[in-house]
Amino acid sequence: MSDKRTIAVTVNGTRYEETVPVRVTLADFIRHQLGLTGTHLGCEHGVCGACTILLDGLSARSCLMLAVQADGHDILTVEGIAPNAETLHPLQEAFRDNHGLQCGFCTPGILTTLIEFLRDNPDPTEEEVRIGISGNLCRCTGYQNIVIAALDAAKRLRTPDARPAAENGTTQR
Amino acid sequence: MKPPPFSYHDPRTTDDTVGLLASLENAKLLAGGQSLMPMLNMRYVLPDHVIDLNRVEGLSYIREKNGAVEIGAMTRQRDIEFSDLIRARHPLMHEAIRQVGHRQTRNRGTLGGSLCHLDPSAELVTCAAALDAKVAVAGKNGPRSIDFAAFPVAYMTPAIELDELVTGATFPYWPAGHGYAFVEFSRRHGDFAIVSTAVLIEEDRNGKVTRASVTLGGMGPAPVRASEVERALVGEAIEEKRLREICETLRQVEAVDDIHAPASYRQQLATVLPRRALIKAHERIVQGRKQ
Repeated sequence: MSDKRTIAVTVNGTRYEETVPVRVTLADFIRHQLGLTGTHLGCEHGVCGACTILLDGLSARSCLMLAVQADGHDILTVEGIAPNAETLHPLQEAFRDNHGLQCGFCTPGILTTLIEFLRDNPDPTEEEVRIGISGNLCRCTGYQNIVIAALDAAKRLRTPDARPAAENGTTQR
Repeated sequence: MKPPPFSYHDPRTTDDTVGLLASLENAKLLAGGQSLMPMLNMRYVLPDHVIDLNRVEGLSYIREKNGAVEIGAMTRQRDIEFSDLIRARHPLMHEAIRQVGHRQTRNRGTLGGSLCHLDPSAELVTCAAALDAKVAVAGKNGPRSIDFAAFPVAYMTPAIELDELVTGATFPYWPAGHGYAFVEFSRRHGDFAIVSTAVLIEEDRNGKVTRASVTLGGMGPAPVRASEVERALVGEAIEEKRLREICETLRQVEAVDDIHAPASYRQQLATVLPRRALIKAHERIVQGRKQ
């Protein structure tokens, strides 16, 4: 019975080699073992979307993966969205400027979800944005300002030079 | 640490997986994890062994063969959603898959996981029934194929043995120009449907139905093929008043009561959704002929 395994993962561009119990979820691994507490856990059974990360550029609920399954993969968490410690990503700026968050608990999952969504669909309609974030629950905003912020971010990202070079996204669509 | 303790196995081949299934007691197969992982986190399941299929080679494909599309068990729902082959050959499945969960869950969720979990209102399960799919299974006695009609044996229980795994499914396609529609009723986008329907029709030049497939999901433990309605539709033109009469018989389909809706509500939906879907399918045939 092998209860632990050593895995190698790249998170926000940094490579980690860690030994982890096989039953630990990716979300708990990211938070407790790597100390990246920006990834939030709401429901822990795949409903709320707060723990959304990008796995090889595709959004996934980190509470619904085992850490051992991430071995050899590339992960982006909310901490890796901004190009550096001083500058926000245009998506984050749009959320700040449009009051796209109140308590902020759901925000990491909404931002990671929208990074993928806006990469795949740079000029979405309001309806498409609403469907795009339908897997993320927010109990404060009533979603209105999140939708406004997402549409504003899309506009900013379509403007040349607004998109940071460090954008993490390895897959098509 | 939420899931209960288990041993973790990540085989690379189907043969190795079959070997593990045959030798291990109380083992669970982990596909996309969108149902098993919540059940592990909430400790609804307590397996001694988890066999992860994500590194098994050769289980992820979408290919055309002999008038059908074959889909591997570990093909992600996302890959079905964006497949040009599916869009061309199985527009019904293309329409249905967009109503499966959310982007984040479709990126991980798989065809095989959905078919084996066999949630009564899962869209892919309803599609498999509508399209007369065949499920490919591997086990220590070799491969076999199961008609989808015989695949559900009880609530959330597929007709596979404990030492078998689903490796894929074959979906025969309908001729180009057929009508199709997948219509479901749920309270929010991405929720499981309370009732869903998958409809396929072919019409002759005079607009008379020559072949029909009508399936209801969410009524009971398994999808229901409305074979009497399918027969009644042949020779008819798709027209609202006549459809009301034909679909009224679906009120007799047995339905479950649960926290989402009483049986009578499901039966009401069973008379309404197929009618809407049939009209949509017919309109698509008409539109296709204009082009």
